[in-house]
Amino acid sequence: MSEKNTDETPVVRMVNITKHFPGVLANDSVDLTLHRGEVLALLGENGAGKSTLMNMLVGLYRPDSGEIFVKGKMAEINSPQDSMALGIGMIHQEFMLVGNMTVAENIILGMKDLPFVPPMADIKAKITELSKRYGLQVYPDKVIQDLSVGEQQRVEILKLLYRGADILILDEPTAVLTPGEARDLNEILKKMLAEGKSAIFITHKMDEVMEFSHTVQVLRRGKSVSSCPTNTIKRVQDLANMMVGRDILFSLDRGPYKPTDVMVEARDITVLPIGGGKPVLDKVSFSIRGGEIFGIAGVAGNGQQQLTEALTGLLRVDSGTILLNGKDMTNKTPLQVIKSGVSHIPADRGRMGVVGDMSVGDNLSMKKYRTQELSSHSVINKSWVRKFADHLIDVFTIKTPSQDTSVKFLSGGNIQKTILAREIDSCGGILIAVYPSRGLDVGATEAVRQNLIKQRDKGNAVLLVSEELEELLMVADKIAVMFEGRIMDIVDADKASTERLGMLMAGVEREDV
Amino acid sequence: MNLLDFITRLLAATLAMGTSLTYATLGEVYTEKTGILNLGMEGTMLMGALAGFATAFNTGNLLLALLMSMLVGALLSLIHAFLCITMRANQVVAGLAITMFGTGLANFLGQRLGPATNNFNLTGMNIANKFSNIAIPGLSGIPIIGALFDVSLLTYALYAILPFSWFFMYKTKHGMVVRAVGENPRTAAAMGISVTKIRYLYTLIGGMFAGLGGACLSLSFIPSWNEGMTGGKGWIVIALVIFSTWNPGRVVIGTLVFGGITSLQFSLQAAGLKMVIPSQFLGFSPYLITLVVLTAMTIINQKKKGSFASPSALGVSFAIDDK
Ligand SMILES: Nc1ncnc2c1ncn2[C@@H]1O[C@H](COP(=O)(O)OP(=O)(O)OP(=O)(O)O)[C@@H](O)[C@H]1O
Ligand SMILES: [Mg+2]
Repeated sequence: MSEKNTDETPVVRMVNITKHFPGVLANDSVDLTLHRGEVLALLGENGAGKSTLMNMLVGLYRPDSGEIFVKGKMAEINSPQDSMALGIGMIHQEFMLVGNMTVAENIILGMKDLPFVPPMADIKAKITELSKRYGLQVYPDKVIQDLSVGEQQRVEILKLLYRGADILILDEPTAVLTPGEARDLNEILKKMLAEGKSAIFITHKMDEVMEFSHTVQVLRRGKSVSSCPTNTIKRVQDLANMMVGRDILFSLDRGPYKPTDVMVEARDITVLPIGGGKPVLDKVSFSIRGGEIFGIAGVAGNGQQQLTEALTGLLRVDSGTILLNGKDMTNKTPLQVIKSGVSHIPADRGRMGVVGDMSVGDNLSMKKYRTQELSSHSVINKSWVRKFADHLIDVFTIKTPSQDTSVKFLSGGNIQKTILAREIDSCGGILIAVYPSRGLDVGATEAVRQNLIKQRDKGNAVLLVSEELEELLMVADKIAVMFEGRIMDIVDADKASTERLGMLMAGVEREDV
Repeated sequence: MNLLDFITRLLAATLAMGTSLTYATLGEVYTEKTGILNLGMEGTMLMGALAGFATAFNTGNLLLALLMSMLVGALLSLIHAFLCITMRANQVVAGLAITMFGTGLANFLGQRLGPATNNFNLTGMNIANKFSNIAIPGLSGIPIIGALFDVSLLTYALYAILPFSWFFMYKTKHGMVVRAVGENPRTAAAMGISVTKIRYLYTLIGGMFAGLGGACLSLSFIPSWNEGMTGGKGWIVIALVIFSTWNPGRVVIGTLVFGGITSLQFSLQAAGLKMVIPSQFLGFSPYLITLVVLTAMTIINQKKKGSFASPSALGVSFAIDDK
C-alpha cells in the first residue's frame, strides 16, 4: 500500500492500558500507537483482548488504568459520544444495529446535533449520496432485520462515513461475510483509507493483514508481544507463531482415506419455503461413508443451513428420505437423531450451541443428562461433572478462568471449542459441523480441523459445511458444491481445483462453459 | 329511549372511563418501550388517585392536585427504576412489590389525610372542585360523535397528547432513542446513548402518567376517594399495552374497547334493561379478549416477522460489561 506518513504526532496513542474482568486480565499494560494514514493490524488469538482494547478506545468500556491520547491531546473518553466527537468510529465484532428500525434511523441513532424532528428526507439523500460515492448499495428505508448480513455490514460502514469518522476501528469486519462480500468490503475500505483516514484492523485472516496493513501488532493473553512493519514479515507462518507463541502446523496429520459403509444417506431431500416459491432444498442426494469427511462448499445462504437442519431433525422436509446409520430418520425429532449417533456443531453458536448463562462445566456435560453417569434418580452427580468437564477442558485446551465461568464470557474461539468438545465427545458415528472455524484464530482453527480429521480417522462420518475452499481442500475427502438449494456436483477433493469449485459455487453448470 | 341516545351515552361513559386507562397505558407503553416492565401500575394509579383527591380536598386547587398525583407517581416509579435499573432486580418481582406497597400506602394514608370531622378519613368526602364535563356548544349536540365534545378537560387534553405521543415515538430523535434502548440496549450504548439515563427517565414519565391516570378517577370519573378504587385497572393497563402492540398510536383502540365493555354493563343497568350478559362475564371479558388478541397477534407475528413483537429487551437488565 501507499507510503505512510510518520513524522507527525500519532492520531492515537494508548499508554499502559490495563483492564480486568471478573477472573480475567483482558489487557495488561498494553501500549498502542496509530499514525495518520496508517493501517494497523491488531492480531491475536481468540480471547487475547483485542476487542476489549478497542472498546476502551471508543469509550464503551473504561480502562482500570492507563491513558489515551488522541491527535496529541490527552483524551477523557467516557462514552462513545466522546470518541465520536474525536472522530473515532468502530465497526464492532457483532453488529450494532437495531433490528426493527430502518437503515436511516440506525445511521443517525444517538447523534447529538440532530434537531427534535430529524429531517429524514435530507438524511436519506445524504445517505444515498454517500452510498453512491463509496459503492455501498443500501436502501435507507429498509428495515434492518430484512437485510442480509452483507447489507447490514454496509450499514455499519455508512454509520462511520455519515459521522465523518477519520479514525476507523474495524473488529473482524469480514468474519461473517461470504468471500465475495468480503472482497467488496475490502475494496470499500481501501477507498476510505485512500482518503487519508487511519485504521485499526482486527482480523484472523492473514491475507487481509498482508494486503491492508502497514504495521502489525500482536496481543497474546492480554499483553502486547510485538509490533513491527508489515513489510518486514516474510512468512505468514511467522505471524501465526507470534500470536500463538508456538509453531503452528499448517499441514494437518491425516491417515489414509479408508471409507467404510455408508452412514449418512440423503435421497432427494426437498424443502419448500413457507410462503411458497423456489424450493430451499431441491432434490438433494448424497451419501457419506465412515472414515470420510464430506465437505459442502457454496456461498452462504444457498441451502447449506437448511440441509444440516434437516439432517439433525430441526427442519421438516417436504419430501425425500434421510437414512442415518441405516435407519430411516426422515422428520424425526432432534432427540431421536441424537440417539441415532449424530453430533451437531451449529452455525449459530450463541443461540444453538451453548447456553450462555450456564457454566462451561454444565455446557460440556449437558448432552449427558440422560445418562447414568451424570445423574442417578434425577440427581446430578456434581463430582462426576467436575471431573468430566476438567478432562474435556484439558483435552480441547479450552481457555476459561474455571469451569464455573458462564460460557458467554469466553471468547468466540473458546465457545466454539466448548461445543466441539461436547459434540465430539458424545459423537456416536456421525458428526455434522457447520462453519466450525468461523471467527476463530489460527491456533483454534488448526485445532478444530485436526479434531475433525481425528474423527474421520476413527472411522466416523463427518459432514463439514464451510465457505472457505482452502479449508475444504485441506480437510475434506469429497466436496459437494451447493447453489440455490441444489447440489451442483460432487468431486473428489484431491482432484478438485479452486477454479472449478468457484465456478460451481457461482452456479455455472458442469462442463457447459 | 332511542338507540341513538343509548349509543351516545355509552360513548360518553366510555370516554370518561377510558381517560384514566389511556393516561396510564400511554405511560406504561413508554416505560416498556425502553425495556422496563413496570407491574406497579395498580399501586401507582391508586397512589395518584389519593394524592390528587387529598390535594384537591385540602387546597381546592385542581392544578396542584394533578401535579401532586404526577409527583407521587414519579416517586413510586423511581423506587421501581432504582430496583430494576441500578440494583438490577427482577422486574416482575419489583413491580409486584410496588403495587402491594402503593396499594397499602394509599389505603393507609386515605384514613389519615381527611378532615377531623370524619375521623381524618377521606372516604365519603366530596370536593367542590372537580373536572366536570365541558360541552362545546353546537358540536356536543350532534348524535353519537357529540359525546366527544362533552368531556372533561382531562379527556380534551388527550386529543392532543395521543397524537403527539405517537409522533414523539416515531418521528423525533428522542423517540428513536427510546425504541433503540428497548430493542437493543447494547447497540444504543455503542451509539453513545446512556441506557441507564433513558430508562430512568421514561420509567419516571410512565409513573407520572400512571399517577395522572389515577387522578382522573378520583377527580373526574368518580370524584371521591375510596379504598381500592382503581379496582384492578392497573392490571388492565398491562394488558392494554400488549393490545396496543407498544404503539402509542394504538393505545386508544384498546382503551375504547375495554372502556366500552365496562361502560356497557353500567349503561345496560342504567337503561333498565334486563341483564342479558351476566356481569361476571363482563367483568372478566377484558381479560378474555386480551387472550384472544394475544393469540391472534402471535399468529400474525409468525407470518409477518415480528411486526407486533414486544421490545426485545423488555424485562432484561443491562450493563455494558454483560455479554
Ligand atoms: N464483558 C466481559 N465480561 C467478562 N469477561 C470478558 C468480557 N469481555 C471479554 N471478556 C474476556 O476478556 C478476554 C478478552 O476478550 P476479547 O473479547 O477482548 O478477545 P478478542 O481478542 O477480541 O477475541 P476474539 O478473537 O475471539 O474476538 C477473554 O478472556 C474474554 O473471555
Ligand atoms: Mg474480539
